Amino acid sequence: MVKTVSGRPGRATAPAGPPRPRSAASPSGRRVAAFIRRHRLTPYALLLPSVLAIGVLVVWPAIEIAAFSFQNYGLPQVMGVQPTQWVGFSNYSLILHDSEFWLSLRLSLIFAAIVVPLTLIVGTLVGLLLNRLGRKMSVFVSSAAMLAWATPAVSASVIFVWLTDPDGGIVDWGLTKLPHWLGGGAHWAGYSWTNSALPAYTLLTVLVLWQGFPFIAVSVLAGLKTVPAELHESARVDGAGSWRIFWKVTYPLLKPIFLVLLLLSIIWDFGVFTQAYIIIGPGNTNEYNLGLYAYEKAFTQPPTYGIASALAFVLTIVLLIITVGYVRSSVRQGAIK
Amino acid sequence: MRRVGLNVLGLLVALVTLFPIFYMVSTAFKPANEIYSLTPHPIPLHPTLSNFRTVIDGSVVGVPYWTFLRNSLIVTLSAVVLSMLIAMLAAIAIARFRFRLRTTYLIMLLIVQMLPQQALVIALFLNYRSWGLLDNLVGLILVYTAFALPVTIWMLRNFVAAVPREMEEAAAIDGAGPFKVFWKIMLPLVAPGLVATSVFAFIFAYNEFVFALTFLLTDVQKFTLPLYVDYFYGRNGANWGAIMAASTLFTIPVMTFFLIVQRRMVTGLVAGAVKG
Repeated sequence: MVKTVSGRPGRATAPAGPPRPRSAASPSGRRVAAFIRRHRLTPYALLLPSVLAIGVLVVWPAIEIAAFSFQNYGLPQVMGVQPTQWVGFSNYSLILHDSEFWLSLRLSLIFAAIVVPLTLIVGTLVGLLLNRLGRKMSVFVSSAAMLAWATPAVSASVIFVWLTDPDGGIVDWGLTKLPHWLGGGAHWAGYSWTNSALPAYTLLTVLVLWQGFPFIAVSVLAGLKTVPAELHESARVDGAGSWRIFWKVTYPLLKPIFLVLLLLSIIWDFGVFTQAYIIIGPGNTNEYNLGLYAYEKAFTQPPTYGIASALAFVLTIVLLIITVGYVRSSVRQGAIK
Repeated sequence: MRRVGLNVLGLLVALVTLFPIFYMVSTAFKPANEIYSLTPHPIPLHPTLSNFRTVIDGSVVGVPYWTFLRNSLIVTLSAVVLSMLIAMLAAIAIARFRFRLRTTYLIMLLIVQMLPQQALVIALFLNYRSWGLLDNLVGLILVYTAFALPVTIWMLRNFVAAVPREMEEAAAIDGAGPFKVFWKIMLPLVAPGLVATSVFAFIFAYNEFVFALTFLLTDVQKFTLPLYVDYFYGRNGANWGAIMAASTLFTIPVMTFFLIVQRRMVTGLVAGAVKG
């Protein structure tokens, strides 16, 4: 089965092929090297470290989460005072009867439903803009935007909390200076953005949009570079406006990219944690999204790992379903070649 | 006219995007009376270093800033080196060989990349607890390495695949063994890709918060920078000058680093995420 990509069997094309006998220090090492070569196991040997690392630290925990979600895993079990027992679906039924769960699920869904389209639209618009700017300007604007993307989530969250701080934050100050017909006014003075769900999630939306749109814009720009300029020109000569050109020429060509970006955005925004943790903070249970809710179940005293695992498992399954779409569209685009 | 309009729009996008970062740095240099002034000024009128002094001598947290910087650098650099070594091997395997489980492996990478960290962290925490890896930087290094791998392998494989096979074949005909071909041909040609990929791994590990929050529980001496900034913010309520100074010291290095290799990395990332 093992062939080099070109179909030639030559070992010479394998750059980091099997260890040569002289590099193997011991006779047993030499034997292993010969075994690998004889059975054409080189690619498997090369993959082994990554499979081990990912297997032990990513895949195995995912399997464990599934198992824990059917067990009564709590403090006594961790301390070894009581054994863990399989409890069937009781963790799940506990969750389903918890109003906090439904609240957090609803907040997660609404948040994703708003942020994902918003990020995609703003990102695409900026991508289209970048494509029409001169080279230098385009590099400048995309670099500036990517700085927002590279800002650590912790810093970005702390910055946004400061910008909207009730005492001295520049946003409240700006809103009080805004004319009345734009919704400004003195009632904004000292307005707290983190006290209830609506303003907190508005803040979270702007923050995630700020950090998320640059990646979309740069990806769309990369896609646009592959569209031949003549296509746009001939459409324009035929009298099509920008709106029509986008939907009739650009969008169909970039559809695969948009699909991947859509799926990635859903996965990222539905599972947003760090920003939500810092803005909403531990303790404000009535503003929790799914991630915060699951985290609290696991890591505040007394820990209920079983229930938290059930939540984490639900979150994982939802994201996996979306991931299947992502993988399929990647396969269709020839990513797995 | 149209051109001017577009440029103005572009400048506007850049300004709006840069403003929060600019305001962070600006606040860090402001004395307290300017920070809480009724009419905030974008630029500090009387710039001061006192906020940075508060952060660096560690008078609030009891631990100087350098400790956190050192922890972050140890964890990040180790994770980058480890993940680059492992990813390079894997990238060569999938870019240069055809084998039975290749497609399975690639699909596994795509799926693994999407598993939510805040779900897995629960099981990892329990495992780390029994393996004695809590409050331990080694635990963080391992988990950052593993979680950086899917994307770094994906990115590197594109760079490896772009190296012309003929060059390796020519070297091999001239009598170079596999290791020599790797050192003399593959490595120099993949180096730019290796840089771009390691910057990605660096940013991921340097910025990571959820694992650090969960695995470094009690020992402030072991905190990495993102955890420190969050801790500082939690302990310090309203001392925004110092919080922004801590945040600036944390953010500016990674941004500088990012700007240096920006173009190449963006291309690699986009290729990895979108085109595959």
